[in-house]
Amino acid sequence: MFDGITPQLLFGQLLIGVINGSFYAMLAMGLAIIFGLMHVVNFAHGAQYMLGAFVAWLLLNYLGVPYWGALVIAPVVVACFGLVMERLILKPIANLDHLYSLLVTYAATLVIEGLIRQQYGSTGLPYNSPLPGGVNLGFMFMPWYRLWVVVFSVVTCLATWLLIEHTKLGAYLRAANQSPEIVESFGINVPRMVTLTYAFGVGLAGLSGVLAAPIYQVSPSMGSTLMITIFAVVVIGGMGSILGAILTGYLLGIVEGLTKVFYPEGANLVIFFIMLLALIFRPSGLFSGGKN
Amino acid sequence: MRIALILIGAALALAAPFFVYPVLLMTILCFVIFAASFNLLLGYVGLLCFGQAMFLGLSAYIAGQILKTTGISIELAIMAAALVSAALGAFVGFVAVRRSGIQFAMITFAFAQFVYFLLLQSEFTGGEDGMQGIPRTHLFGIIDISDSRTFYYFVLAMTVLAIFVVYRVVHSPFGEILKAIRDNEPRVESLGFRPERFKILAMTISAGLAGFAGALKATVFGFATLTDVSWTVSGEVILMTLLGGLGTLTGPMVGAGIIILMNDELAQFGEWALIAQGIILILVILFLRRGVVGEAGALVRRMKARRAK
Repeated sequence: MFDGITPQLLFGQLLIGVINGSFYAMLAMGLAIIFGLMHVVNFAHGAQYMLGAFVAWLLLNYLGVPYWGALVIAPVVVACFGLVMERLILKPIANLDHLYSLLVTYAATLVIEGLIRQQYGSTGLPYNSPLPGGVNLGFMFMPWYRLWVVVFSVVTCLATWLLIEHTKLGAYLRAANQSPEIVESFGINVPRMVTLTYAFGVGLAGLSGVLAAPIYQVSPSMGSTLMITIFAVVVIGGMGSILGAILTGYLLGIVEGLTKVFYPEGANLVIFFIMLLALIFRPSGLFSGGKN
Repeated sequence: MRIALILIGAALALAAPFFVYPVLLMTILCFVIFAASFNLLLGYVGLLCFGQAMFLGLSAYIAGQILKTTGISIELAIMAAALVSAALGAFVGFVAVRRSGIQFAMITFAFAQFVYFLLLQSEFTGGEDGMQGIPRTHLFGIIDISDSRTFYYFVLAMTVLAIFVVYRVVHSPFGEILKAIRDNEPRVESLGFRPERFKILAMTISAGLAGFAGALKATVFGFATLTDVSWTVSGEVILMTLLGGLGTLTGPMVGAGIIILMNDELAQFGEWALIAQGIILILVILFLRRGVVGEAGALVRRMKARRAK
């Protein structure tokens, strides 16, 4: 079955897998952070990712702000948007069943995507790569921008993980998840921390969107198509685990890429099948340490 | 009072096709069944199926394929499609009940996309173009129902049947256990019941009903498309149920009617139908969680209580 598989094809698809995996990992991580503290499944994560890409596109085309500027500005803009969203629609229902927060963020997705599509149409808008060219590694051609995305996403994921697992701020976050009353009694403003965490997670989605803009086209539905995979990643990795989300994200991206080489018809379904197997054989998630 | 309301409703339903475009009415009826199937899960078992459209859409294609390739009468084709849908529901239930609450929603969502993708790739569905030219064969092999107004009464009868099924399920001992699972699952388990089994069975019934709605819809329009399997339709049925009133029998009917009429009005304005749906869903979740019917019921009870004083 390995006939006709050239190194170019293998490594090319492997690279695409790692690139896709970078986005899965960053988005799943943001989702896990938000879920970990607020028990909110942020369905709007995909729409917020799309907003990041759109803000970058708007900055470039209307204000002439280049990619590197957008990489800083767009996540902040999207995070501010998240701040407003949290105050307007998530905070009022924080004490209700968590299903409502999933549904309200779903509804927000409909509105955000609909408005963008109404304004800019549903076809993809091009965004030129800020790092044209690449290097020939002998067995494959490595575009600079793709290398940058992989490095940047790995660093971002590691930094975020360290921030949450190994700093005092992260300890507060995890403690507030366990018992908000006690953390509050230490003089910490838990509601504000919740708002800022949500904004942080949303900002991460926006950042991923800027990163994605030169690779995928900027289109209104770029987020919601990705959300399906992200949900599967989070279900496979186990809901609360940040490291689990990151590792599962990269792993599934690579598996998907390899499937494209060895069994192209199955590439779109492989993540779903892994989810099925994980649910049947590891019902509590690969990285959740046994608790459901 | 209640009997009077039912009689008025029945009279309206019988007279409606003489005043309103029958196809619009039949669309509403199909979605009434669809919303009732969703409500059975979320309203009475507390399970949020975020992929209810997979049953609607799959069944529409199955019924269409049966009617196109065989000559069997329409009611058998619809029943067969509903059974296939119920089988899918049992399988999805079997896998998804392993996780509770929010994850159940995410798993069903992923499942629905999987079904969407399979249908997109399959030969018989016609891919992006959809399945065209589904014939309306004779009912029981003898009664001609090609006229839209005649067909409306068939769809109406099927809707009444489906709602009756939901009513029987909800008001049976089985339904009582479902509601108990919704309210306190550990206690049900401690009484010696297996909640998973009841959930899977509820999922099967719900999927069967949703499939029933989808098959009916395919015969109403004469075609089946991928829209019926898409996540926007899965979201639409959530909106219908919440807007009408979660866990009430009439709520989903009212919600389905409002949303279908609104879609019909907004169809010419492009994206605004979906935007409006999103805004309404946000408002319902923030301010009107009992839904239109639930709030009306609460109002009536309050007035009665005041009069009793």
